[in-house]
Amino acid sequence: MQYAEILHRCFRCGYCKLPGNYVDFNCPPYQAFRFETYSPGGRMWLIRAWLEKKIELTDRLQEIIFSCVSCGNCVAHCTFPKFKDQLLLAFTAAKEELVNGGRVPPAIRDCLTRLTQSEIERFDNQDYLFFVGDVGAFDARGQEIARSVVHCLSKNSISFGLLGAAEISDGNEAHAMGETELFHHLAGENIQKLNALGVRQIITLSPHGFHVIKNEYPRLGGNYQVFHYSQILAPALQKATFRADLPPLRVTYHDSCYLGRHNQEYGSARKMLGAVPGLELVEMERSFQNALCCGGGGGNLFTGIIDSRLDTAARSRVREAVASGAQVLAVGCPQCAVMLADAAKVENLDRQLEVKELSEIVNSRLASQYSTNNG
Amino acid sequence: MKELYRELVTIVGPEYVSDQPEERYIYSMDPGTMPPAAPDLVVMPNSTEEVRRVIQVANRHRIPVVPLGAGLVLSGLSRALHGGIILDMKRMNRILEINEMSRYALVEAGTSQGMLQAHLKKHHPGLKHSAPDAPPVATIAGNVSIHGSGHLSHAHGFHSDMLNGLEVVLPTGEVVRIGSCATSDFWFARAPLPDLTGLFLGWAGTTGVITKLAIKLYPNYRINDVGVFVCEDPELVPDILHRMTGTQMAEDITAWMSPKPDWARGFLHCNINYGANSREELVWKRNLIRASVKKYIDRKIAGFMPLPTAMKAPFLDVPGRILTRFADVRKGGGFEYVGAIMPVELFPAAYRQGLEIAEQTAVSYSLGARIIGVNHCMMFFYAYAFNRADDADVARAQQALEETNRAVVNMGGIPWKAELPAQKEIIRKMDPNMLALMNRIRSVLDPNGIMNPGNWQVD
Repeated sequence: MQYAEILHRCFRCGYCKLPGNYVDFNCPPYQAFRFETYSPGGRMWLIRAWLEKKIELTDRLQEIIFSCVSCGNCVAHCTFPKFKDQLLLAFTAAKEELVNGGRVPPAIRDCLTRLTQSEIERFDNQDYLFFVGDVGAFDARGQEIARSVVHCLSKNSISFGLLGAAEISDGNEAHAMGETELFHHLAGENIQKLNALGVRQIITLSPHGFHVIKNEYPRLGGNYQVFHYSQILAPALQKATFRADLPPLRVTYHDSCYLGRHNQEYGSARKMLGAVPGLELVEMERSFQNALCCGGGGGNLFTGIIDSRLDTAARSRVREAVASGAQVLAVGCPQCAVMLADAAKVENLDRQLEVKELSEIVNSRLASQYSTNNG
Repeated sequence: MKELYRELVTIVGPEYVSDQPEERYIYSMDPGTMPPAAPDLVVMPNSTEEVRRVIQVANRHRIPVVPLGAGLVLSGLSRALHGGIILDMKRMNRILEINEMSRYALVEAGTSQGMLQAHLKKHHPGLKHSAPDAPPVATIAGNVSIHGSGHLSHAHGFHSDMLNGLEVVLPTGEVVRIGSCATSDFWFARAPLPDLTGLFLGWAGTTGVITKLAIKLYPNYRINDVGVFVCEDPELVPDILHRMTGTQMAEDITAWMSPKPDWARGFLHCNINYGANSREELVWKRNLIRASVKKYIDRKIAGFMPLPTAMKAPFLDVPGRILTRFADVRKGGGFEYVGAIMPVELFPAAYRQGLEIAEQTAVSYSLGARIIGVNHCMMFFYAYAFNRADDADVARAQQALEETNRAVVNMGGIPWKAELPAQKEIIRKMDPNMLALMNRIRSVLDPNGIMNPGNWQVD
């Protein structure tokens, strides 16, 4: 297994479980299960024990390995320089080892199978390619969000098209689940189509797609300028006009791991919200690099390994959002939107807290429903 | 065991009981060098009532119970030496009360140092608690129960000295409150009642399960600073420490000696951490500390190291992340230390002994001492790094630790949170009547011998 040589270097000091300000646990699987086995250090020691044949590969060990949501909190807060950069790579390598051996939980297998399917309608021939991604294509809530973002981009005169039915999964979840061959297949097909169409600039709906196309596709021959839609809308909205007759709204923003910790993009979403008069942006206790993951990454939105537990990261996150005094929890990721909206219902907080995607908030406050200074 | 499992599930729920090999493996050891000892079950209670019921079930089944905080003691005290249940307390992590006026915090036993620190910073910025050098996931109860020390220990003593009261589930299942909380709603002090907290401090979890505790809080200075006093001769250190602590200006004084980084090799450093609410007060304190060791500065045999701001930052970090990084010295993810509680006058001998053992056993080392109280004693640490993937290296560290423990006891010190071999060294030298009293107390408290058996016992 790749990175097997670093596993013994984890001291299990536990910094990886926390945000930088120590307010609470910040590792979604550990938050959900609370056994040390589900912490990054515990997982690391178990993988080593498995490779050294000190323990058997059981269903539970598979679950422990696949429960990592790839949020990157451990990488951000591990105290050992250099070693920390390889933590997530080691976890993904362990997943890959399981995938290659055909020893994955059924939920992971089903999820990986679905990634090869697509039902999106086709658009094309614009300045940007808008990449919808898995949740925007398959999930009903994701589709709503995709439509809202498309609307917002259109009304701000952004010229874009879609791969449509030709778009298949961006492969990020396959990559995070260690299915490297499937990832290479998916990415390869996308790259072939994108290159054939002469695509140079891509806007993604999902931070997951943003991350993988920006950071992994170049190694496979896919070199594009990649933007998350918030990076396009943030400057465009500075010229927009908004309704002045609406009551003020207190909003808190949930940093997506794939925009924030993985790509250091913290500003655009806040800039989008800042452009809207009447919105008061309040920060949660864990934000920016300390943000708590929603728990949906690494395929967990689809596999449900984490969200079947009593106290999940998503539930903790909506409680934290309510504690901040916000009426709306804004998200820039369809996966986060699904995870957090579900959590708000389970926590019985959905009357106090609305989980809304960024463009939905913006669209609801534009001067006329379908007009801005630009469009 | 199946029946026991079912009973535990009815108490804490199926989500929080495991008899699976993965949990049994991970909970069989801590990051130190002690060999693994696997529990049969891991249980995570969420309330005192759940702890009480688990203890009752364990008594009925005559099965051991080992309470666990963050599992960072490094000396293997939370291993299930005779199997049984590991009681992982970290779900019980609520901060129940901060009393601003009487300056105390009441917390559940699984509350971490980091969580309390963050809570105080946000809601009570004028207050702080004494944090150990352990990572922030370390629990407050765990550290108090082992007589830990921390960044206010020069000013206020051991963390067990800062304890106001306890709630404990006894080995027979009764819930007991000790301290002012036994007769009052306020957890303000252990006095004036008979101080029974000692029944649960230093016993390595062999006398009960702490479920709540109140600790003292202290005013948080607006400005914090650090000075580093350096000399080469270990014989001077006791007097230097005596003079500095005599000023009572600092909150924390820690001596350290390490071959890495290169600039530190061969020198003895004393970090003096102090705080103030104004620049004037800070300068006044600094001058008093300097004046206390002027004699050495004038003779040019010791002096304060010039410290740029960037260099001060790691010394002001609470807890100090840099200390954890010692585990990576051999790129092997491991270190363990003997923390010897001993009088300060033993510093030169302790230092020489540490160097000698490190040289003989060829281990990577770091030595140091935290002053407890106004030079009342010190926790002299002998930290040895090892490569977890190299059995020979681990064995070298184990040998160094055992030799150090023996040397410490022979010198007149006492290993802190002692590993099993060190416990035996201590017992060897202990007044036999004290040992007999310990055994009598335990037999009364724990007639079925279920609490962390194997610790503080003679074979």
